[in-house]
Amino acid sequence: MPAIVRLLAKRLATSLIVLIGVSILIFAIARVIPGDPARIALGPNATAAAVAALREKLHLNDGFLTQYGYFVADLFRGDLGISLYTNRPVTRDIAEFLPATLELIFVSGIMMVALGLPLGVISARYRGTWIDHVIRLVTLLGVSAPGFVWAVILMLLFAYYIQLFPIAGRLSDGLGFQPITGFLLFDTLVSGNVKAFGDALWHVILPAFALALSGIGQAARLVRANMVETYTKPYIEMAEAYGFAASRIANRYAFRPSLIPSLTIIGLDFAAMLGSAFLVESVYAWPGLSKYGVAVILRKDLNAIVGTVLIISAMFLIVNILVDLMVSVVNPRIRLSERPS
Amino acid sequence: MKKTLLILTRNPLSLLGLFLVTVIVLAALLADFITPFPEHVGAVVDFANFNQPPHWPNIFGTDLVGRDLFTRIVYAYRISLILAAVVLIIAVPIGVAIGLAAGYLGGWTEYVLMRITDIFLSIPPLVLAMSIMGLLEPTLTNGMIAVTAMWWPWYTRLVYSITRSEREEGYVLAAEVIGASKLHIMFREILPNCVPSIVTKMTLDFGFVILIASSLSFLGLGVQPPTPDLGSMVADGAKYLPDSWWLTVFPGLAILFAVFGFNLIGDALREILGGDA
Repeated sequence: MPAIVRLLAKRLATSLIVLIGVSILIFAIARVIPGDPARIALGPNATAAAVAALREKLHLNDGFLTQYGYFVADLFRGDLGISLYTNRPVTRDIAEFLPATLELIFVSGIMMVALGLPLGVISARYRGTWIDHVIRLVTLLGVSAPGFVWAVILMLLFAYYIQLFPIAGRLSDGLGFQPITGFLLFDTLVSGNVKAFGDALWHVILPAFALALSGIGQAARLVRANMVETYTKPYIEMAEAYGFAASRIANRYAFRPSLIPSLTIIGLDFAAMLGSAFLVESVYAWPGLSKYGVAVILRKDLNAIVGTVLIISAMFLIVNILVDLMVSVVNPRIRLSERPS
Repeated sequence: MKKTLLILTRNPLSLLGLFLVTVIVLAALLADFITPFPEHVGAVVDFANFNQPPHWPNIFGTDLVGRDLFTRIVYAYRISLILAAVVLIIAVPIGVAIGLAAGYLGGWTEYVLMRITDIFLSIPPLVLAMSIMGLLEPTLTNGMIAVTAMWWPWYTRLVYSITRSEREEGYVLAAEVIGASKLHIMFREILPNCVPSIVTKMTLDFGFVILIASSLSFLGLGVQPPTPDLGSMVADGAKYLPDSWWLTVFPGLAILFAVFGFNLIGDALREILGGDA
């Protein structure tokens, strides 16, 4: 069996165990809370009979294991229950709000890699000089504030004072564009609507950058740290003795081996955006999972909370598996082990 | 320790970090004496003086009910620092003990403990804290519980990886040969070698706990009014952008400076002490 397939199978198996654990954990947290979720859902004016009926419907009168059993059985049918907040299936709610969040995270991820890696490489190549000091200071500032602080500051600077970007939303009014999948950048491109594509891109840049800033900083710092260590290796000294150009040494000999340890953490940071997106979305009125997630949490909407956390965790695990696969593609020790020796 | 401090003061960046943290901690400790309107920490209203831009004596302006923003930010620092300290005091020993046990004992203990750690690590940090906080009542104590619950696994992972590499070292084998107990080896032999990494990570985390706690309260899942909190101040002020910019900019920068200060010190410590935090 090729190494990559074996790796994938192993990671999928552990992820499944972890996901079952997550479902038990979040389900347990949701069931030990004080207060009656049925009463909270129906409000203080509902009759005792109505509350009792809802308790029955939600299986709240059964033991924990029985409740969990019902939950898992429904889960296998693709049913996460009805949200008490929207009165719609939780899966439908999530399917409606998730694409906007994913699109935001995707653009942020691109920014994180496209800006973070080069900044790290430059910083390491000019280590100890003023260029390095400036980059280190800026990237450290980037990781030192939560997304919502950057969101507010960027919005104030680049949407109000200098009106470069829109203040909120995903599309301008009056374009009359009908989304297909909910991923606007994709939808507009597929339908060949260049104007709408440009508009969607224009809307996503500022929120995505606010979300990406800490990731950019993190990525640059990691790459720099790993590269500075690589620079002490004898083969770099040899490359220098050969008289190779500094840029060639940086990009080819120092960067590539430093990328492998950095990638794993960058993947974790990327996945963590699933959480921090909540902070940026609310500032820019981005119609993603944030508003829904916070609303269902405040209303103790059990099905919706469990469903949202479970979906987010599943995505988190998927991203991590993808990163592991990418690392193994980049890492020759794993890639080459496929060849018969 | 003395040497570490000496090196810290030589680097301009870590010096800036020390300066920021010292100012913030002193301000939080002496809040009752240095703030112009200590009574504004509570549910006070002064409608004659509401939503004013920065001016003397309200150097950061006033909020929507006329309270002094500077006063409230200093008191919010006090609460954030207490929260961060409590979270780390509880989360670090738990995480370290589990990491030591998993890394040294190995076998089934290792498998079970590390899978449990993985479960906690595979819910994005903010989402886990949000769910716990939302399901409990949003109070300061519950905020501490929520953040602690998401924080210990990071220490488990750190200590676990160090323990794994130390397990086969000569000094551990020597201790085993002379019959030292497992507890002795874990806490008296291996733990001291984890301390530099733990200290570095704790310094960085002091800032990051403040960051996460402010994020929770920004979403309305933190300390409730009238208790001053940096995150909820930004959230309340964001509705009044761009005109009342001081409502968001000052509390936002307050978070930035605090986290930045701890990061600068943590970075310098990492270089001095080594370690993989």
